[in-house]
Amino acid sequence: MGFMERLIPHWGVHPDDRKRPAADAPVRRMPMPTRLYVPLLQHIGAPARPIVLVGQHVFKGQLLAEPQGMVSAAIHAPTSGTVVAIGEIVAPHPSGLPLVAVTIEADGEDRWADLVGCNDPFALDPQEIARRVAKAGVVGMGGATFPSAVKLAGGLRAKISTLIANGGECEPYLSCDDRLMRDRAADIVDGIRIVLHATGAREALVGIEDNKPEAIAAMQQVAAAFPEVRVRPVPTRYPMGSDRQLIMELTGCEVPADSRAFDVGILVHNVGTLAAVRAAIRFGQPLVSRLVTLNGGALRAPGNIEVPIGALAEEVIAFANGFKETPARLVLGGPMMGIQLPHARVPVVKSTSGILALTAAEAAGQNLRGPEPCIRCGSCVRACPVGLLPLEMARRIASADFSGAVDFGLKDCIACGCCAYVCPARIPLVQYFNHTKGELAALERAKLRAEATKKLVAARAERIERETREKAETAARRKADRDAAKKAAAAAAAAAAPSEETAA
Amino acid sequence: MLAAILSLTVLGAVLGLLLGIAGRYFHVEANPLNAEVEALMPGTNCGQCGFPGCAGAAAAIIDGTAPATCCPPGGKAVAATVATKLGLALDLSGMADKGSQIALVNEEICIGCCRCLKVCPTDAIVGAAKQIHNVLREACTGCEACVDRCPTEALVMHPVPVTLQHWVWPKPVFA
Repeated sequence: MGFMERLIPHWGVHPDDRKRPAADAPVRRMPMPTRLYVPLLQHIGAPARPIVLVGQHVFKGQLLAEPQGMVSAAIHAPTSGTVVAIGEIVAPHPSGLPLVAVTIEADGEDRWADLVGCNDPFALDPQEIARRVAKAGVVGMGGATFPSAVKLAGGLRAKISTLIANGGECEPYLSCDDRLMRDRAADIVDGIRIVLHATGAREALVGIEDNKPEAIAAMQQVAAAFPEVRVRPVPTRYPMGSDRQLIMELTGCEVPADSRAFDVGILVHNVGTLAAVRAAIRFGQPLVSRLVTLNGGALRAPGNIEVPIGALAEEVIAFANGFKETPARLVLGGPMMGIQLPHARVPVVKSTSGILALTAAEAAGQNLRGPEPCIRCGSCVRACPVGLLPLEMARRIASADFSGAVDFGLKDCIACGCCAYVCPARIPLVQYFNHTKGELAALERAKLRAEATKKLVAARAERIERETREKAETAARRKADRDAAKKAAAAAAAAAAPSEETAA
Repeated sequence: MLAAILSLTVLGAVLGLLLGIAGRYFHVEANPLNAEVEALMPGTNCGQCGFPGCAGAAAAIIDGTAPATCCPPGGKAVAATVATKLGLALDLSGMADKGSQIALVNEEICIGCCRCLKVCPTDAIVGAAKQIHNVLREACTGCEACVDRCPTEALVMHPVPVTLQHWVWPKPVFA
């Protein structure tokens, strides 16, 4: 590493952000669609378990499915109406595999269930706040979808000192967090203060990339009244919105490999999550809608739209006046880490930050030529925000040497896509890493399964042994009973015989 | 009477002593690796590898007469652990991995005979006499022992469906 590179941080990339004019358009609210498809798995962890029946009427915000397991999140009805089906739909996922969802036919009234709010959240017990957040089904809205209540409870246990509100939004095209900070800065700061109370943290840092001056101004204005909340603009660089990179930039702490932000006394929450936490605590409102950025050259009216969870992407696009031209590529999320959709008949979920309809010119970057051999230029090494050697990892994965790739730090890869973005040979590096992470997880599952099988075999052997033993014991007991009966009969006969004799 | 008892006792003692001495002198040292490798195998003794149980397969792998990939229910995971244990070069690409499979009961033709319950090495089939049987998906290892046992061919092997939790990004292919 040269001297200049030591002085100037050199990780990350600077893609053209293309956030405007969508970021400047006022938020529109989508009218309630007639049918909503609410998946039971919109978070990291175990899918929620449905507790409603087909044909049942539900109110807006009523619990549809309860969390099961340690890491899971509740799912609520996004509008009032009738449950018409609980079955499989196409998942908003690159695989296009089915996912179980509750389908609700809206009754048009959009009537809320009875909600329990709280006027003074700072009088609540911190653990009660985590419980209420869990009840509202709030998950991380920046994309990781980790259940927020688990994070709050963990933060309280780990005695964190700093809360970081993540307003980085480093993905190009997306502006939903930007819009939220401009329009609802007071809500976000209120949410920050509630989370500070819930975790016992002393200060909060709001990290916002400096390409969002309006959001910075709005947040600074509200935060001025609270000395514990400080707004800190950060340089615009992808992936600044990744939690580890933002922590590094704001506090100078590097989160070690194999540990979490908790371990350095920090908790990171997306600004959207903080607003959702505030709604859950103040008004008891569960997470049933979110801001979604519609952007891309193929759309007529790009902008941010308040969308109920479960609305089809197709309907959201139709609400935004549809396509100007046929999009070459549909993407859910941002262009760097989002997923390509084969079609738009997938529902908006809690993690859907954007729906992008890219024109052929916008998507062309990846389609010019197929991948070519690596020339070992090292561009990916300079771009990697974690400091890994993507070219070395990919070379090992190409020859199916997964453990070699792990030795090179594959588990620290955050799949941000910087390496593939800068690669002059257009090697799909991220796909290599995602493939390997999946294969390693599958091996891990197989190992657990083998252990479970061994336990089952042992249990069977024990059962067979127990059954034979019990059979033998029963047989012995029966024999003893028979012998005793015989003896008793003989004794009775013997006792009867002399009396007969005396009688005679 | 006494002579008979005495002669038989002496005979027994002498033969026992001979057997004891022979056992000590002609003792065959079993390879301790066998037990260790056997512990890595699934342990269901299903016989799909063609060897007499997991112990037989372990011995064959150590001898080199069978590849580390010979265990179908163990899959790549078992092959990889066995190969690292023995320091073998592993060629997973040659492994006929038809994907993990599980048995399913065709309910129309199951007669409730209970024969499959008895051969299942993991007790993965539940049922009772003249009741339709069912396979516990989590416990079934796909060893196919029940398939041959069923008199009405009601047990069929099905591939385990790929779910969102199990899906793996495909490896990139170069054109």
